[in-house]
Amino acid sequence: MNAAAIPQQKPKLFSLPTLDAIGAWLLAIVWVSPLVFAVWAAFHTPDGALSFKLNAPLTLENFRVAWDSAPWPRYFLNTTLLVTVILIGQLTLCTLAGFAFARFQFPGRDVIFILVLLQLFILPEVLIVENYVMISRLGLFDTIFGIGVPYMASAFGIFLLRQAFKSVPQELEEAARVEGCGWFGVLWRVYIPAARPTYLAYALVSVATHWNNFLWPLIVTNSTSTRPLTVGLSLFGATESGVNIAVVSAATLMVIAPLFVGFILFQRQFIQAFLRAGIR
Amino acid sequence: MSNASVDLERRRIALYGWMLLAPALILLITFAFLPAFETIWASLYSKGTIRRPSQFVGFENYLTLFSDPAFKKVVINNLIYAGITIPVSVAIALGMALWANAQIVGRGFVRAAYFTPTMLPMIAAANLWLFFYTPDLGVIDRITALFGLPSVNWLGQQETALYSVIGVTIWKEAGFYMIFYLAALQTISPELREAATVEGAGRWTYTRRVVLPLLAPTTMFVLVNAVINSVKLIDHLFILTKGGPDNASKLVLYWVWEMAFAYFDMPAAATMTTLILVVLGVVAAIQFVVLERRVHYR
Repeated sequence: MNAAAIPQQKPKLFSLPTLDAIGAWLLAIVWVSPLVFAVWAAFHTPDGALSFKLNAPLTLENFRVAWDSAPWPRYFLNTTLLVTVILIGQLTLCTLAGFAFARFQFPGRDVIFILVLLQLFILPEVLIVENYVMISRLGLFDTIFGIGVPYMASAFGIFLLRQAFKSVPQELEEAARVEGCGWFGVLWRVYIPAARPTYLAYALVSVATHWNNFLWPLIVTNSTSTRPLTVGLSLFGATESGVNIAVVSAATLMVIAPLFVGFILFQRQFIQAFLRAGIR
Repeated sequence: MSNASVDLERRRIALYGWMLLAPALILLITFAFLPAFETIWASLYSKGTIRRPSQFVGFENYLTLFSDPAFKKVVINNLIYAGITIPVSVAIALGMALWANAQIVGRGFVRAAYFTPTMLPMIAAANLWLFFYTPDLGVIDRITALFGLPSVNWLGQQETALYSVIGVTIWKEAGFYMIFYLAALQTISPELREAATVEGAGRWTYTRRVVLPLLAPTTMFVLVNAVINSVKLIDHLFILTKGGPDNASKLVLYWVWEMAFAYFDMPAAATMTTLILVVLGVVAAIQFVVLERRVHYR
């Protein structure tokens, strides 16, 4: 019976996926088309961009115009600093908290853990008004640290690291203790190395998230010296009258380029990272 | 070991535990719990002016809000926005995952194409879509013109503005949710498929009876994320419509932003924020109850 079933399966596997492939490809083409058109527009003159003539002359002029009309290097620097500050803060705080939740028994721990998980729903995005007041009160308005600090105690990061630490075999910890490690030594030498894939996944997700974040940075920044790329890009598009679609496309491509190139190069790792971060 | 020293050891561990938690807890209190309580508190006070300081007004702000036609409009908009973006993007995500998991030519490209919008900032995505929605010259109008259809000001008229915004959100989100379905699909044992084939089950039956039930927990997780995103994803409004024309595409959180930072009406913003927190709290409660039945958080 088995032997009969398997050869039957063969042609089925072969004929059906072609239809699937067509559907999958059509959807994929629709999905990348906005990006493809932006690339098209960015490399053509404004007239050529909208004519859709395949032989329209190519130009880099849009990139030059876009680059000259806003302090992009500063925005790039700000975004880089911002994602770095956030990541360092998150890794430190979430490691300590995740370790406490995973390996310390103390009264009140489980209640606190539920409270931490609640933060997944009390989003920083929703509390923009009061957080703005809080940041101003603390004198952190219009500082990179001020943009980053509300995200540092990430419930998501704490949760992920707690899970990772929990899956570390207790024997490893005991072995390290026999060799004279204290709590910090155990954390540093045993748990952190064991959770390396989780750290990598979390770091990729964090950098991608905060590279792209917009609303909160818009609210707490007020000057070129702190504004991240996304806010810079929105201001750029806002001067609609003078700026044409080709230049906006060029600017948009410049902003997404670093993350995008990173994504293309490390595609597998990125998707794995999102997977790992998503599976609870 | 004596009782006393066991007790001492336990206290020492508790102390260490709290010390490790302290930095994260302080930040969570400062930027999540305290602001949440302050929001609720602020929603019970009137707007202060130079002559009249703000005073306790109970639920008056809520009554004012409920009688405001703009509030009704914005809430209905957000319900339509959630009601369309959530099922459509989750359904597309599922389809994408099934395809991205199938043995097809160029699977790598297909996967990357689906996932690409996830990597873009919403602001950039909105810029890309401007090119599609521009009347006359935009891609959509060019295509519809081929069929002799008239030009449409997609973002500039009340009938289409919200749906144009919804289109961008679906495009942006589906690939993200696909990832979770893809992960779940890869954990399904191939033997199940063989068993189904032996039993004579067709592909559709196999998908409906075996795959979909196995994906139920993933669907739950994705749905919760989709609900949260339908509240917090408003970046594209800043580029595409600014909530207009005449509130036609305004969403709840954008309204909060506008009240607080354009009209400086803090009590109104706090009142609406409180309502959003209540909704998110209900979502959280549902998730905790559902997940409680499975051993998820162990």
